[in-house]
Amino acid sequence: MTHLEQEVLLDVEESGATPAIESAGGKSGGPAVVLRGLHKSFGSQIVLDGMDLTVESGETLAVLGRSGSGKSVLLKLIIGLQKPDSGSIRIHGQEITRLPLDAMNELRKEMGFLFQHAALYDSLTVEQNVAFPLKRHTKMTDSEQGDRVKELLAGVGMEGDLKKMPSDLSGGMQKRVGLARALALKPGILLLDEPTAGLDPITSGEIDELILKLQEEHDMASIVVTHDLHSAKTIADRIALLHEGNVLIEGNFNELEKSDDQFVSEFLKRDP
Amino acid sequence: MSYDASIPRRGISQDADQATSLMRSTIISAWSLINRFLEWFGELGLFAWQVMRAAVRRPFEGRELMRQLDEIGSKSLPLVALAGAAIGFVLALESRSSLARFGAKSMLPAALVYSIIHETGPVVTGLVVSGRVGAGIGAELGSMKVTEQIDAIEASGVNPYKFLAFTRILACILMLPLLTLAADFCGVLFGWIADTLVEPVSFHRFINQGFVGATFSDFLAPTFRTTVFGLIIGMIGCFQGMRTQGGTAGVGLSATSSVVISSLFVILADVILVKFILVFFS
Repeated sequence: MTHLEQEVLLDVEESGATPAIESAGGKSGGPAVVLRGLHKSFGSQIVLDGMDLTVESGETLAVLGRSGSGKSVLLKLIIGLQKPDSGSIRIHGQEITRLPLDAMNELRKEMGFLFQHAALYDSLTVEQNVAFPLKRHTKMTDSEQGDRVKELLAGVGMEGDLKKMPSDLSGGMQKRVGLARALALKPGILLLDEPTAGLDPITSGEIDELILKLQEEHDMASIVVTHDLHSAKTIADRIALLHEGNVLIEGNFNELEKSDDQFVSEFLKRDP
Repeated sequence: MSYDASIPRRGISQDADQATSLMRSTIISAWSLINRFLEWFGELGLFAWQVMRAAVRRPFEGRELMRQLDEIGSKSLPLVALAGAAIGFVLALESRSSLARFGAKSMLPAALVYSIIHETGPVVTGLVVSGRVGAGIGAELGSMKVTEQIDAIEASGVNPYKFLAFTRILACILMLPLLTLAADFCGVLFGWIADTLVEPVSFHRFINQGFVGATFSDFLAPTFRTTVFGLIIGMIGCFQGMRTQGGTAGVGLSATSSVVISSLFVILADVILVKFILVFFS
């Protein structure tokens, strides 16, 4: 752990947040995320229908499924942006479905979220975007924040674009900055919503490599929602395929390939 | 079949059926309109409650508040001052000829100052700010909503009701009285300019005549009435922006509805508050 990382951890502790790495479970060995009997509907449309899923600490799980199968909704339920109709969501053993807002905000500091279109704050520069969580949740001085932001942006290959606005960046660059922002508080759980969507194959490959590198460095539990089979095969320890509101099959890519299920076979036919 | 029987005829019962069905559809659409209106008010109440709850919790987002004070206050100043100046100029020219007809030309400064401070200044400021700031807040927050930036704020453990909504609402509440004073000053100044162009009079004398008999409550109540206008503009703009749906079309709709609804409520509040001020401050 670098000196700066130790400082961030200390600052997060001082600000009252549960320190991300310690509670991440990455070291303690318990499951990071446990979903049981999760139901979610929008009007008459059932999106999740009694879903069960477990993500172990330090593990990378890729969630695949057809468009509208509830993959992005699943991530939003885990981070508390949406509430399930019924069922249980446990983050590091803590039930979050009935958690008060303040407690939920504390828990959110342990989770990093990369949105599908990066969702960078368009009135802020790249530097300010990455510094946003640090400003609000740590007691770092401006110069310490600046060093931390540079370190994070260097980690995603964007150290030369501190003063640029999000509108000046390409889709791939925005994803990189979004990733740096998601990692700012050293989360124990990283949620990635379509990290390679809309990117060319070369940039997608670079993002995959970056995710692998960051996982090695930070030892987080990651849930990656994707349509990109190649990406899932590259970065995931385990893959879960969603169908009709539940997990149809889970396992590594080879196990999925051996499945006799017609839907699984059809889905994997598009393997690049 | 007889000739008569082959001709289709509209019987009395058919007409009655049509009338019943027309009435039913009218009642249904009226009910749906009332329902939507009540639903909107309910959601607004819930939104206001969430903002109030967020407002009393730490941290207090001082930097964002300062940014909004600048955005809403300083940047609205030129437009508000121009509107005030135009109103003062026109009011002086129009009133002069009317007062001259009754031989009450000397009453012009008092009439102008009273009219600007009591009604024209606050209302014009309220409407100008609701146009500029209401549309700005509605469009900005709407755009943040559809591009998931508000979700990103929430996902990073920051309460968007405080960071985005409360700071903007408080900035509107604090800035409206100051902007109103600026509009009042420009109105009186340009009223004097218009008057002195026709018949030269010193500014000192114009002000002395204008404020003759004026008391502190003449200033206080109308100016602080605009804090309510600020509350309305900030609250409606944030509410409409943060409930935006449906991409860029939704953003446009939020901006437009923010202006329309906040302007309407500013006018309604003005009517109610004028009565209130007359009862309690006269």
